Amino acid sequence: METVLNIIGYTLTSVGVVFLFFGALGILRMPDVYNRMQAGTKATTLGAFGTILGVGFINPEWFFKTAIIAAFILISNPISSHALARGSHKIGIKLWQKKDIDHYARAEATLQEQEGDGE
Amino acid sequence: MIYVFFGIIIVAIVLAMIRLILGPTTPDRVVALDTLTTISTALLVLLGLFFERFIYIDVALIYAVLGFVGVLTVARYFEGGL
Repeated sequence: METVLNIIGYTLTSVGVVFLFFGALGILRMPDVYNRMQAGTKATTLGAFGTILGVGFINPEWFFKTAIIAAFILISNPISSHALARGSHKIGIKLWQKKDIDHYARAEATLQEQEGDGE
Repeated sequence: MIYVFFGIIIVAIVLAMIRLILGPTTPDRVVALDTLTTISTALLVLLGLFFERFIYIDVALIYAVLGFVGVLTVARYFEGGL
């Protein structure tokens, strides 16, 4: 039983650590803020989730608290990256040069038009 | 095995640190810092496994909460809410 738990735990932790590394690599290599945010948040969330749950499997007495940390990271990371993307779009950080579609700016323009019609 | 994990995580931290220093704009640096917070949380939990100390898990939980609040504060400041 313990061997099985150890195998599951070490597998999860290995996958998680590799994803943490790829997240950091994406942070370094991606061309603009929004791409970096995507790499740095998605990959890192999966990586931390795997690593922390894996430690919980290796040491089963800690499983409850590690599950709490993993759930918190799973909830909080998307929220913070969403808020950060919104804020950096608002202070005027440009998209990468090869991108010409900006859905957020288009949606905001539509909203302002509708408000203008209402008045 | 666990030394290999530490090695990979140290390389990841160095990569994120390079972006933290280079980053052309402020949001770049904040994104790098957010990533560093998540990586450090995982590193703290692994350190708890390495030293067989339960207290590291608590430290990791508090560190995750504080990093989340910090990034939200900076994002709010960008929007002009603070």
